Amino acid sequence: MFESLSHFALQQYWWVIVSLIASLLVFLFFVQGGQTLIFTLGKNELERKMIVNALGRKWEFTFTTLVTFGGAFFASFPLFYSTSFGGAYWVWMIILFAFVIQAVAYEFRTKPGNFLGQRTYEAFLIANGALGTILIGAAVGSFFTGSDFSVNKLNLTNIFEGGSTTISSWEGPAYGLEAALNIQNLALGLAIFFLARILGILYFMNSIQDENIFKRSKKQLVVNSIPFLVFFLLFVVLMLTSVGYAVIPESGVDPMFWRIQQEPFKYLNNFLEMPLVLIMFLLGVVMVLLGIATSAFKAEFTKGIWFTGTGTVLTVFSLFMVVGLNNTAFYPSNFDLQSSLTIMNSSSSKFTLMVMSYVSLLVPFVLAYIFYAWRSLNLKKIDAEEMRSGDHAY
Amino acid sequence: MGNFDMSLINWSRGQFAMSAMFHWIFVPLTLGLIILVAIMETIYVRTGDEKWKKLTKFWGKLFGINFAIGVATGIILEFEFGTNWSNYSWFVGDIFGAPLAIEGIMAFFMESTFIAVMFFGWNKVSKRFHLTSTWLVALGANLSALWILVANAWMQYPAGTAFNPITARNEMNDFWAVLFSPVAVNKFLHTVASGYVLAAVFVIGVSSWFLLKNRDALFAKRSILIASVFGITSSLFLIWTGDESAKQVADKQPVKFAAMESLWEGRTNAPLIAFGVLKDMSHPKTEDDLTKRDFVFKFEIPSMLSILAFLDPNAYVPGIKDLVTGYTNPTTGITHLSFSQKKEKGKEAIAALKGYKEALQNNDAELLKTYKVKFEDKNWMENTFKYFGYGYYEKDAIAGLLPNIPLAFYSFHIMVLLSGHFLALFILMLFFTMKDRIGRMKWLLYIGIWTIPLAYLASQLGWVLAELGRQPWVIQDLMPTLAAVSRIDAGTVQLTFWLFAITFTILLIAEIRILLKQINKGITGGQ
Repeated sequence: MFESLSHFALQQYWWVIVSLIASLLVFLFFVQGGQTLIFTLGKNELERKMIVNALGRKWEFTFTTLVTFGGAFFASFPLFYSTSFGGAYWVWMIILFAFVIQAVAYEFRTKPGNFLGQRTYEAFLIANGALGTILIGAAVGSFFTGSDFSVNKLNLTNIFEGGSTTISSWEGPAYGLEAALNIQNLALGLAIFFLARILGILYFMNSIQDENIFKRSKKQLVVNSIPFLVFFLLFVVLMLTSVGYAVIPESGVDPMFWRIQQEPFKYLNNFLEMPLVLIMFLLGVVMVLLGIATSAFKAEFTKGIWFTGTGTVLTVFSLFMVVGLNNTAFYPSNFDLQSSLTIMNSSSSKFTLMVMSYVSLLVPFVLAYIFYAWRSLNLKKIDAEEMRSGDHAY
Repeated sequence: MGNFDMSLINWSRGQFAMSAMFHWIFVPLTLGLIILVAIMETIYVRTGDEKWKKLTKFWGKLFGINFAIGVATGIILEFEFGTNWSNYSWFVGDIFGAPLAIEGIMAFFMESTFIAVMFFGWNKVSKRFHLTSTWLVALGANLSALWILVANAWMQYPAGTAFNPITARNEMNDFWAVLFSPVAVNKFLHTVASGYVLAAVFVIGVSSWFLLKNRDALFAKRSILIASVFGITSSLFLIWTGDESAKQVADKQPVKFAAMESLWEGRTNAPLIAFGVLKDMSHPKTEDDLTKRDFVFKFEIPSMLSILAFLDPNAYVPGIKDLVTGYTNPTTGITHLSFSQKKEKGKEAIAALKGYKEALQNNDAELLKTYKVKFEDKNWMENTFKYFGYGYYEKDAIAGLLPNIPLAFYSFHIMVLLSGHFLALFILMLFFTMKDRIGRMKWLLYIGIWTIPLAYLASQLGWVLAELGRQPWVIQDLMPTLAAVSRIDAGTVQLTFWLFAITFTILLIAEIRILLKQINKGITGGQ
């Protein structure tokens, strides 16, 4: 079935898949957001134990989704992998570090002999929650604002007259850390950080049976929504009014060589030219807000996570559509415009995308068993009694 | 090597080796222990005997602790292909990315979903659903090994691909050839078998400690029984796939093969060094250093190497010198190129790629056509382009083109000797457990405990041989390590090297201490 698709159709299909994984990842950042609230919402050991255990059953989904996001991006757009990871070295390394320390924190936190002490592992969780969300947000922000790098495949043959043989070179001053200094990138990073905290709060309201935690969650929901709205709006306004990076169709022998030029209001135009994406974006934002408002003002409402969660997926997904489709360079270079990455010039071969498309058919099956297993564990909410019974708890 | 920053290359290699070796401390135990846990739980579900449930939970707990740190050390590896091996990621991303993505979609989600059921589901889901979950974790863990080993096998033996000069990379043209390449299949089987053996040694070692302390004796004996049967089966499988692996290396990576036997000059009826101590460990710098080297002592089996490699005692096994200077195989009559000849061809291939790309850039249709013909000429691709990677080396460079020979030699021999030791241990353990005399065999129990670190050693050495023996290539003959690296400061890599080395060391200490505490709690006391 995928054999009949053109290379370009497959590139778009894979951009959609990668975007979908990215948007699920942001939803699953409720784990990261929740981690930063351990001490805000839990005022004694038992409460904190409930919070950590509520997250401890889910953290691996976020982690695995991040790993799969990396793998899928590598398989479908390898030039992004080699350019961004090998160039924005420090950003990705700090993100990795934040996830390395998270992976042991749950399992080791309360185990006797854990060497570093419980508080250290809790600090790991908080660091992961803050660094992971802000830096990934800022890194994705650079999809809209561009970075300084150059790509020249001819470098591979640089053995005769000298010079680097590396295809992708980072030309920015701080191996990617400079991305976090751009206001628009930072706004996105902080918006994602506060959104993750909101999602974390809504998740606790849904899965923990404890009056005090519930009350504090409600209060924190409002407290975190304000900065979220400020940073999110700031990002959206800056993005819509910014000069974007457009691909000029038919400007080269092959879509791989089509030229890139700057275009004012490119992302606004993309929304207008892809009305379905615009509807998705608006619907997403409304659902995010609806979930927050209902949970904050309706007394016993616990289902906010599903509204805000779905809204998050829709919003992030539509942002990825806007930055990658409709003849847009999704990873622009400000150093050399023509080095910018598009889904056409950075992708895998038609054959590989076709093979991988068959693999993507597994995704619904994976989602189905995750849903089934998730439900069977979450049928009963976490409460103090379960924590005291002590059967495998973090 | 004027073009190349050797300090950057070495630190990048060091960082990858360090993180891979840390990761590999935890993975083999995960692969094997989960199967033992699943077997124990199956017995519990079948018999309803609560003692088996206790055993399942005890070993399951140790599995969980080990699994967490395995995950922590694993994520960095996936991303390091991009961060430190940028050129590599592009040059082979079309093939290499696919198995990594499939690993995520197919295996990691299965593991992470059902591991939560395994740990938190005891009182929440039915016995059968729980058992199924445990087996699915086992399946997921082993599937993830499959995909990453397919990727690794491709680096040793690139199959199912063709070079595309327009994109300047290798592109997949046959997925099944990548997946079912004989090297991939064998590498997967050999590697998981090594994990099973290590897990069996681990369970036996820990149980031996319980028996020596006279604690939870019944539980310990049951564990030893299961682990020794599992260990014997896995050991035989390990030896069989190991033999197959050696044959493949002899055929596809002859330099690695010569290095692991420290065979300097080729011969027919080549003997196998069962064990020996090398006299001269220096790395050859010029062709004059390639003469036969003595051993301090050696114990050898006549003609065995020829048989092992080619199933024929009269087969000619080329030595390092032959491979460097070129040789004609007296049995087959086939002539093999020298390194210098390969370098010439490699330079020609690189020049052709350069010409092609420039013609493309300048829109020179005529020139483009000439090059196109070249890249479409099967004969040229198979006889010249094949040596693309050699072109990166200067004319008389030898040192950089050979792996560390003593390291390959000792890794191989210690690994093989230890695998024999493991098999013997499993057989003795099984024998004395069946006779119900195991509790009195103190010497054997001590050996059981002290074999645990040996199993880890053997497991690491296997990878040292596979990966250091592959040097200088990241992809055999196509891309040398020095052309694969990202363009960053050596100092930056140095910093991240130490950041991760220190972090992983601290986490390893924490993990070992937690494991020891849990073991010390005992099987019945540790609930």
